[in-house]
Amino acid sequence: MTLDSKIPPGPLDKKWTTYKNNAKIVSPANKRKFDLIIVGSGLAGASAAATLAEQGYNVKCFCYQDSPRRAHSIAAQGGINAAKNYQNDGDSVYRLFYDTIKGGDFRAREANVHRLAEVSTSIIDQCVAQGVPFAREYGGLLDNRSFGGAQVSRTFYARGQTGQQLLLGAYSGLSHQIATGAVKMFPKTEMLDLVVVDGHAKGIVVRDLKTGEISTHSADAVLLCTGGYGNVFYLSTNARGCNVTATFRAYKRGALFANPCYTQIHPTCIPVSGDYQSKLTLMSESLRNDGRIWVPKRKEDCSKDPATIAEADRDYYLERKYPSYGNLAPRDISSRSAKEVCDEGRGVGPGGLGVYLDFSAAIKRLGQKTIEERYGNLFEMYQNITGENAYERPMRIYPAVHYTMGGLWVDYNLMSNIPGLHVLGEANFSDHGANRLGASALMQGLADGYFVIPYTLGDYLTTQFGKKVDPKHPAFEQALQDTKARVKKLIDIKGTKPVDDFHRRLGLLIWDYCGMARSAEGLKEAIGKIQQLRAEFWSDLKLLGSPDGINMELERAGRVADFLEFGELMCLDALVRDESCGGHFRTEHQTPEGEAVRNDQDFAFVSAWQYTGDGNMPNLVKEPLVYEQVKLATRSYK
Amino acid sequence: MKFHLKVWRQKDPNAPGKLEDYEAENIPADASFLEMLDIVNAGLTRKNIEPIQFDSDCREGICGTCSLTINGIPHGKGRGTTCQLYMRKFQDGETITIEPFRADPFPVQRDLVTNRSAFDRVIQAGGYISERSGSAPDANSVPISKVIADQAMDAAACIGCGACAAACPNGSAMLFVSAKVTHLGLLPQGKPEKNRRVLSMVRKMDEEGFGNCSNYYACEAVCPAGVPAAFIGRMNREFTAASLKEMAGMTV
Repeated sequence: MTLDSKIPPGPLDKKWTTYKNNAKIVSPANKRKFDLIIVGSGLAGASAAATLAEQGYNVKCFCYQDSPRRAHSIAAQGGINAAKNYQNDGDSVYRLFYDTIKGGDFRAREANVHRLAEVSTSIIDQCVAQGVPFAREYGGLLDNRSFGGAQVSRTFYARGQTGQQLLLGAYSGLSHQIATGAVKMFPKTEMLDLVVVDGHAKGIVVRDLKTGEISTHSADAVLLCTGGYGNVFYLSTNARGCNVTATFRAYKRGALFANPCYTQIHPTCIPVSGDYQSKLTLMSESLRNDGRIWVPKRKEDCSKDPATIAEADRDYYLERKYPSYGNLAPRDISSRSAKEVCDEGRGVGPGGLGVYLDFSAAIKRLGQKTIEERYGNLFEMYQNITGENAYERPMRIYPAVHYTMGGLWVDYNLMSNIPGLHVLGEANFSDHGANRLGASALMQGLADGYFVIPYTLGDYLTTQFGKKVDPKHPAFEQALQDTKARVKKLIDIKGTKPVDDFHRRLGLLIWDYCGMARSAEGLKEAIGKIQQLRAEFWSDLKLLGSPDGINMELERAGRVADFLEFGELMCLDALVRDESCGGHFRTEHQTPEGEAVRNDQDFAFVSAWQYTGDGNMPNLVKEPLVYEQVKLATRSYK
Repeated sequence: MKFHLKVWRQKDPNAPGKLEDYEAENIPADASFLEMLDIVNAGLTRKNIEPIQFDSDCREGICGTCSLTINGIPHGKGRGTTCQLYMRKFQDGETITIEPFRADPFPVQRDLVTNRSAFDRVIQAGGYISERSGSAPDANSVPISKVIADQAMDAAACIGCGACAAACPNGSAMLFVSAKVTHLGLLPQGKPEKNRRVLSMVRKMDEEGFGNCSNYYACEAVCPAGVPAAFIGRMNREFTAASLKEMAGMTV
């Protein structure tokens, strides 16, 4: 199998314009004839649903939440990048493009990233027109701030709730279209399978989470905007409900899953405090501007009150190892360093999984009032969750999973290898390579939904005139029965352990073996252990209640069942990628100082995995990454 | 820590519900309220009792999914969502009553799960600015003073959880509706539609069965996003002005 990424010809900065000039357009009268299914109502899904509906398509939009306004995009804090150059500080489309490619450690597709940088400016215009209350200067113009991986101020923000405001903007557009009847919204409805008819994606199987009813929906094209798979780790900064089911079911119906091993681990989160914990909370990276990160030099000191540990007995390890970047070393490096010192037994707090983020020097230098002004809300949040006062005692932080760069493989049109199946936002793989820069997730979700798919969908739809699928086609009934059988199978196990027990154990396995540091030996071991855990799940799961009506344990069980298969694919991908790049750190490939060593000679490709049946080794299909403009270089932060 | 729980159990929307007694034992003080319920649910499953159904998602206070009435107060004591309430705030051995959000337009679906889609329908009635993707002028072409932008953000911070309506003795959703009316009405981009917006949103709110405001300020007290009740007065003024225009036969 070969993959055609359908990158338009011509110079990099002209590709998107050339594409648009030649794009196949569906006329307004014909748009009315097409039905679209959009799964997910986050930034990508809501923006796509609103835009495609206002253009005239008939849209059905599905989300598992009780309202489209609650999709997890809402939790993004920091901001959204755009190459507006409002600060006149030298930003440009090319610079945003280059920063994103470099930030991704040269493992993203050049043409897609350039298009993302190009449309970034329109996103800000669009959001302001919708009423998104971005931060402003006293003169009334938009304010910007800086983010990691960039030397310019290009990040737009709405307090610490940028994701919330952007999502509510997209949700308001979606609500408008629901009111006009152009979108039919299905909240509390979860996609459980994809229906493929004669090789084309033509529908989905869903379960109504209120009534338990399982049904099928047909359409001319299906758009998956279902987010990432960070919850394979059980503990992550993702919402409880985030899951891999939609994309993984599509994988099992033939869609290729690309780069599943690329995950991002954020360095500043509140550490795990016990087995009962259900999620991790991010603390803004901005804290590292004034906080100093350290652990005790001696293991014996770890349980002592930090105030009693003398300056000479503290190891400010980031300042020691990366003198020029110090505490502001990039995310992947900071996360890995924290893990190293904890692995050496020098971590602090419960379980020894934490490092100190100490503000005492800053408080002495600037006064508590200044620190309060800068970070007051974060200190409050920290105190609420941990019960500790960070003005008096250093914060404890630890890395946590919060984004996944891998996803379903898509071409330049955002269409997967299954014709008709399009994938947008975090659910696809295309723009962030092996590491995502801060404030780029919101940009990509909205770019895909507002400004890319409305142009690229026509490429497929114009081949579908007069080919409306028959909803009575046996493929629908077959998929429906498959799903019903699967739900019944889960209920019929009647074992002894609740679903969270399996999920928690899977998460620990993935975290230990496929987290911040990975090795061939460990990954092989993990694959074996995941297979065992999966077998145990299917023989010992205890699930009460009926499949009719609300049954949240059943919802979780279905998701965990998919994670138990997906986790293995993730480890396999990490095993095969025998190099270190971005968030993927293979311990075999590092410099003597512990820095990642990339192997462009052998691994400058996208790993796209093809399902070949349960129990069979999936087939690896490679899409070579050809760089026309950018020269591959090594990142250094010393 | 340990607690004695009285939890609302209800099989389906039409079945009668009642409070059931459960013991919550070995609860870490650092657990959140929802994590306490997770622990209780795992115990119930082991004892072959169906777990308590309750809504939650982000568990960091922003999505607005969690919606429990704890000892009679939506989201419990203190400001913040149910998910941001930690067990160390309770006394060891305390009896805790847990019910769904109570408001007529939020029918109970099962146990602690309610249907709050009435809020979505109120937004659909006009809580948006009509604009097409791609039709916007440059973002800096219309300056907006920082004061106005900040006020709009105060209103836009609403998370749509419904605690305001659940806390109000009248079951009024006016804090929720006024937050959206204020957010969009303050901004130059939202002004062209402001009359039509406030009229249709308020009418939809009434149609959904929400009550009127009689100045209890319970909504403001429980709002996890800190939306001030002063916005209700602002909405009333906008509504009155728009109604007068409408009565005078002017196009709104």
